[in-house]
Amino acid sequence: MVLQFAIVVSYLLLSLALLLGFIRLIRGPSLPDRVVALELLASLTVGFIAVSVVASGRAPFLDVAMVLALTAFLAALGFARYLEKGGHRIGD
Amino acid sequence: MVIEWLTAFALLAGSVFMLIAALGVLRMPDLLTRMHATTKAGVLGAGLTMVAVAVHFGTEPVIAKAVAVIAFLLLTAPVAAHAIGRAGYFMGVPLWENTQVDELKGRYDEKTHTLASSDEGESAESDGPAREG
Repeated sequence: MVLQFAIVVSYLLLSLALLLGFIRLIRGPSLPDRVVALELLASLTVGFIAVSVVASGRAPFLDVAMVLALTAFLAALGFARYLEKGGHRIGD
Repeated sequence: MVIEWLTAFALLAGSVFMLIAALGVLRMPDLLTRMHATTKAGVLGAGLTMVAVAVHFGTEPVIAKAVAVIAFLLLTAPVAAHAIGRAGYFMGVPLWENTQVDELKGRYDEKTHTLASSDEGESAESDGPAREG
């Protein structure tokens, strides 16, 4: 009973957090802001998968969380390298 | 019973921390403060939900996977934040107008990516916000 309540409230909080991060992803004035918002969205999705694993009792979904964390890290590094080497500067 | 309460507590704490991270990324004034919110609180929230999974199942493979995810998050989040912060600074993303200290300003060559640390005999130990750019 306690666990069911916690699962529902966690889903609600994580959905609200996804909404807030998505607002920053749309509005973000510069490209690094959007990359930070994307990384936060990936981290939130890892949390969503964890709550879903507890709710459904299907432990193999944890592999999805692991792979998602890995690809989010690689995407962040790729974006950072593109921003640094791409040469387009604000204010030029 | 105890395990159920522990799982519920870890799930709720992790969700609250991730909501705080999202609030920070929405409300903070510039890129570096946004990263400050999202990196630390986001990783802590995701790690707490993984702790909830490990406590809930309690079998060795699940605990191993959860520990692996937590270790991976703790290893990669600082590296990614460092890379994005560095790229943002080099791009010239504007800092918050109330920023007090910018140690790299005037000391970094954006073309050659070299750091001029000790030119003009400037005392490197001068702390305090009164430095002129």
